[in-house]
Amino acid sequence: MLGTGLIKGMAETARNFVGSFLEEDRLTTVEYPEERIPAKEAARSFPFLVFDGDDAEKGLRCVACQICEKECPPQCIFILKDTAKKPDFVGKMQFQPKVFDIDVSVCMSCQICVEVCPFEAIKMDVDFELSRFDRFEGLLIHKDELSKPNSYFRKIHPTDAAAVDANLAAEKAKAEAKAVADAAAKAKAASAAAAGLAAPAKPAAAAPPPPPTPADPILKSASSSTAGPGLAETGSGKTHAPAHGS
Amino acid sequence: MIEWADQIFVLLKREILLLVPVALQPLASILLSVGPIMGVFATLFAATTVLERKGLGRIQNRLGPNRVGPFGLLQPLADGIKAIIKEDVVPYRTDRVLHTLAPILIMVAALLAYSVLPLGRNMVALDLDAGVLFFFAAGATTELAIFMAGWSSRNKYALLGAMRAIAQMISYEIPLILSTVGVLMAAGTLSTTGIVEAQSGYSGLFPNWYVLTPWGFAGFFLFLIAATAEANRSPFDLPEGESELVAGYFTEYSGFKFAMFFFGEYLGLFAANALAITLFLGGWNAPLQILDWVPSYLWFFAKLLFLIGLSIWVRGTTPRLRADQLMNFAWKFMLPMSLVNILASGLWRFTGDGVLGWLVCGSLVAGSYYALGLNLAPKNAVTKRIYRFAT
Ligand code: SF4
Ligand code: SF4
Repeated sequence: MLGTGLIKGMAETARNFVGSFLEEDRLTTVEYPEERIPAKEAARSFPFLVFDGDDAEKGLRCVACQICEKECPPQCIFILKDTAKKPDFVGKMQFQPKVFDIDVSVCMSCQICVEVCPFEAIKMDVDFELSRFDRFEGLLIHKDELSKPNSYFRKIHPTDAAAVDANLAAEKAKAEAKAVADAAAKAKAASAAAAGLAAPAKPAAAAPPPPPTPADPILKSASSSTAGPGLAETGSGKTHAPAHGS
Repeated sequence: MIEWADQIFVLLKREILLLVPVALQPLASILLSVGPIMGVFATLFAATTVLERKGLGRIQNRLGPNRVGPFGLLQPLADGIKAIIKEDVVPYRTDRVLHTLAPILIMVAALLAYSVLPLGRNMVALDLDAGVLFFFAAGATTELAIFMAGWSSRNKYALLGAMRAIAQMISYEIPLILSTVGVLMAAGTLSTTGIVEAQSGYSGLFPNWYVLTPWGFAGFFLFLIAATAEANRSPFDLPEGESELVAGYFTEYSGFKFAMFFFGEYLGLFAANALAITLFLGGWNAPLQILDWVPSYLWFFAKLLFLIGLSIWVRGTTPRLRADQLMNFAWKFMLPMSLVNILASGLWRFTGDGVLGWLVCGSLVAGSYYALGLNLAPKNAVTKRIYRFAT
């Protein structure tokens, strides 16, 4: 009959109206500035640069390889290499960025820069309150503001950070072991040379082939051990434990 | 004391008038009638906007506006300030005179209708003998304002919206007026105060309101539906269907002119609801004899708020009609139904309000409602679709 549908509908809306006063779970609104829900671990908003330790300058993991700059789809990263080098976490000398800017108004939060970075240097943040008072200069976020400590990364993405930390620790241990082995081999070769034996042995030949760059955790296959960071984009599962051949 | 509370505004006006020199008394009397009406209904408009938004929010399990002031009650203030300080954009090729006049006209037309509405005992600005007629004449002017707005904007959406509005308002004007004919016949007068007087008094427990007769009940709902269509409110908001026509006839309005249109629409809605109260719900009469001591204007505004709440509820429930459904409904249901209703109210006069009257008029109204409803139902009903291959 005409009108029954209307009455049914009005009963439904009345139930909603009254129910929103009585039942808590009907009213799902979170009144944002006062109330907030904790960020989900998988959330991502905008990239930041990770540094180890307390000093953002010294501990910065980024080596200014500019892969992220090239890969960023909307081209919102700008990097200038510094001429000075600094030791990375295993003590190898590496470049560092002099300027590292990301334009927050252009970034589309695609996480590609994170995927391609071979040095675990850039990660996604969960902070979404990125509004600025200056709509030109203010939207270009500079290195000092982008740098955030590893402890912060551990806080916002615990699972991811644990994997990365384990990864880097393994790298470091391997690099140290290699350094010790190298030193031992060198010492042996030197002592052999000093013994006056006529062998024109080069120390390098005695030593094992040069290892992959120690700070290169993303290389998964031992066969491409000579590959530099340039091939790094092939590795996507970089949270896996690296399987370097020795 | 009760008398005094009921008549306080009337007495106040008389006292103030005595202070004014005789030559200025007519002018002062006009101002003293018009000023309060405008003030009260502007406040009611402000209250309705926030109540409507909160009510719709609750219907959709949201909170609604809750930022400005306690519980968001000062939201209309913020809206008003925003509307005033916004830039008034007038497109280059508009007809500027008409474009500016249209929002003024819609407000004037809506406010004119208030002059004949009895807001309480002895509280009517203009006690015309043909009050109901005057109301409809003034109310029909809003159509002119809407078409002025749509035509002068030189915008296809505005024009389409205005066309739809005209088609809709003219179609629904007929059942709107016809549904009041029964009341006019029963009361024997066109004067709004006379109609309210005719509904005063009680038979047994029930008041003598026309809504408590079979033809009055049907007439009340016919009137409410037609008034909703006249006020361009959901589900009859085709003229300003946001998803189709941007904002319909006021697409090209911004800032304060837009607010005036908005105000005018709500004033029209209040006026139509107030007339429904006057015609069917006994005006300012109390629903029970023992509640007679409550001042009459309070009853009037309580009923008005009730009807406003009803229209918010309907707005929160119904989706927008299609243009053909709208027209079908007007011409195939509303019009015959209101004609049958006139017949029923005529019969009621002869059968009286006894069992016979209820039987004859009630079955006439209910039967025609059922039959016309059948006629309106879709011919080939939609059945459940059966998927034979994609299971
Ligand atoms: S890819 Fe990583 S290491 Fe290379 S420049 Fe970008 S953030 Fe720095
Ligand atoms: S998240 Fe995507 S868009 Fe943003 S800086 Fe990284 S690569 Fe560029």
